Amino acid sequence: MFNIVIVGVGGQGTLLASKILGQLAMNNGYDVRVSEVHGMSQRGGSVVTYVRMSNDTPLYSSIVEQEQADIVLAFENLEALRALPYLKADGTMVVNTQQILPMPVITGATKYPEDCLDRVESAAKTIKINAVDIAHECGTYRAANVVLMGVCAKMLPFSAEEWHKAIEQCVKPKFLDVNINAFDRGYNFK
Amino acid sequence: MKKLLLGNEAIARGAYEAGVRVSSAYPGTPSTEINENVATYPEIYSEWAPNEKVAVEVALGAAVSGARSLACMKHVGLNVAADPFFTATYTGVNAGMVVVVADDPGMHSSQNEQDTRMLARASHAPVLDPSSSQECKDFLKLAYEISEKYDTPVILRVTTRIAHARTLVELEDRIELPLREYTRDIKKYVSMPANMIGRHLYVEEREKRLAEDANTLSINKIEWADRKIGVITSGAAYNYVKEAMPNASVLKLGLAYPMPKKLIEEFAKGVEKLYVIEDMEPFYEDTIKAWGIECSGKELTGVQGELFARKIAAKFEGAEEAGPMNTQGIPARPPVLCPGCPHRGLYHVLGKLKLTVCSDIGCYTLGALPPLSGVDTCVCMGASIGMAHGMEKARGHAQAKKTVAVLGDSTFCHSGLTGLLNMAYNRSVGTVIVADNSITGMTGHQNNPANGYDIHGEPTTALDIVKLCEAMGIQHVRVVDPFDLKELEKVVREETEREELSVIISRRPCALIVKQPGVSFVCDSEKCRNCGMCMRIGCPAIRKTETGVAVDPTQCVGCGLCAQLCHFGALNPEA
Repeated sequence: MFNIVIVGVGGQGTLLASKILGQLAMNNGYDVRVSEVHGMSQRGGSVVTYVRMSNDTPLYSSIVEQEQADIVLAFENLEALRALPYLKADGTMVVNTQQILPMPVITGATKYPEDCLDRVESAAKTIKINAVDIAHECGTYRAANVVLMGVCAKMLPFSAEEWHKAIEQCVKPKFLDVNINAFDRGYNFK
Repeated sequence: MKKLLLGNEAIARGAYEAGVRVSSAYPGTPSTEINENVATYPEIYSEWAPNEKVAVEVALGAAVSGARSLACMKHVGLNVAADPFFTATYTGVNAGMVVVVADDPGMHSSQNEQDTRMLARASHAPVLDPSSSQECKDFLKLAYEISEKYDTPVILRVTTRIAHARTLVELEDRIELPLREYTRDIKKYVSMPANMIGRHLYVEEREKRLAEDANTLSINKIEWADRKIGVITSGAAYNYVKEAMPNASVLKLGLAYPMPKKLIEEFAKGVEKLYVIEDMEPFYEDTIKAWGIECSGKELTGVQGELFARKIAAKFEGAEEAGPMNTQGIPARPPVLCPGCPHRGLYHVLGKLKLTVCSDIGCYTLGALPPLSGVDTCVCMGASIGMAHGMEKARGHAQAKKTVAVLGDSTFCHSGLTGLLNMAYNRSVGTVIVADNSITGMTGHQNNPANGYDIHGEPTTALDIVKLCEAMGIQHVRVVDPFDLKELEKVVREETEREELSVIISRRPCALIVKQPGVSFVCDSEKCRNCGMCMRIGCPAIRKTETGVAVDPTQCVGCGLCAQLCHFGALNPEA
């Protein structure tokens, strides 16, 4: 069983990531539960998506709770810090090193914690990647989510071919090449 | 074939498979995707209705005339639709009719945490409560059978975690049902007192019959395990109970109302300690206690918020409480108006003029958050107009001169029209602002009667709000572009000052629908005095640095609102 939490800012493409994970797990005979966020938070707020997959124990809840996540996939630094409590003691944080200022920071009501990533790294096994730049090199910064999928792939028991197939099932044909490319870049990231 | 479907997609699929012919809905989180997906099946006529009351009436008309029908809404939508619904349970149906109502425990995207099961009981409607996407589909199909067998509209109630969770669903074929014959039946369908006395007696008899049948209904089932602890549960709570208390015996209620008394008594007798674990109100618990059966539940969890597995394990099994989601020192990230949002200019002007703002339900409610902080009240769809009018009648014309009602185009169509008519009729001197962005924004961009497109995106008749206001006898109706801050301010000043009723239509399409020129603005640090004027509009694309403001080119859509506020000409389109 794998519990994955995907966190980011509304509009960053977290829903495509959970869709690919769900499709992949289903293709490989796993039971799957995905919990998505629609509605108000999508307007630039914090968004959290849960993905659970299992081929042994039965799944009921679609929620991953504190200290239950094998992997947290964070699309933004501050959201990585916020999501730390989800991780199991031996869980892995994958973080896209991007900074998006929340409104209370913009208005000056509070400060963006500059030691954000240090705090994350000292608390958990962490993989940092600038997925936006890599995605940009592949053709569009929008594919940052798929770059992160590539990093995540190393921690899950599915072959790169299976990942490619799941991506193909989830993205529009005209964006397939750029997404496959983005995935491979993440997959080969060291 | 199996597919990974959202609960809401599974409901739409269920409608297709059940042979539904007509579906009507008003968007509302977490229900919106149901009708959006129904619209992808050409076999079903689907539409966005102006509000939930209309949707239920449409579904009732279709069902009475012989077609299986569907209406969908969020929990508060059922309040709007309560009028037809509470009598539809008396008239009954002909072909099956189901109303899907989506509750929002935890208030992810809602103004309250009301529990639809309470309204179902008050209206004597059966209600089903699924726990997965597969059950969403299966229960919907069963709901049509119950509707036809017991001659009543039926509620399928989902909660956010069911509606917006993807789980595996086995797809089946559609059953094509012929239209049932329609014959005039005055005693049944004409709700005059003499007729409805008879129908009320029928409702009572039918409900007793269904409550009896519920004892053997397939979706009410006991899962015997260790008998030390027994749990009665349903919906999302069932999933959490199964994870938190894997050894407990469970009675899962698929039919939440009416409740199966004999089955519950049998279960209670078979276990040493009985818990009732349910989201929201102590709906089952109160009834079970009233039957004289000892049980506990809500005194351990309270009614506010969602139940999760770890909370249940802690409260009922004595497990360690989950650690807090430690947010100390981590700035919150509330939702914001998007870059280029037309509502931003409007709230900037209303704030500058220090007006009391009775706002409404929609994206523009976000104008309540800092730095705009420009909303005094927001209660329900359409309340902006009624409340502004009430303030005027309580406090006089002086109050009206410093008060405006603000609501969007979709909300105006939903429940603003009658409030405005009331203002016109009862000699108001107030000012109503329709923030017309030509779409239903917050729920993810659904068309509405004012934007000229139907659920499929096909052109149709568009409501002319200006002509409508004129037809109500309103003399002062003005249309203004909220990106023209000077003109907008002038118009708002004039119309609030005027001792007559006026309507201002602040018109510009949603920034996510009609893209701006796309040229990002940049700040000239030579000219920028870092005065903070441009920061007042709360644009997520602008931030302050030591040397002046900086515009994030990945977020800026080039609306130029910031440049209008800059006294020093520091903000300009990128060359």
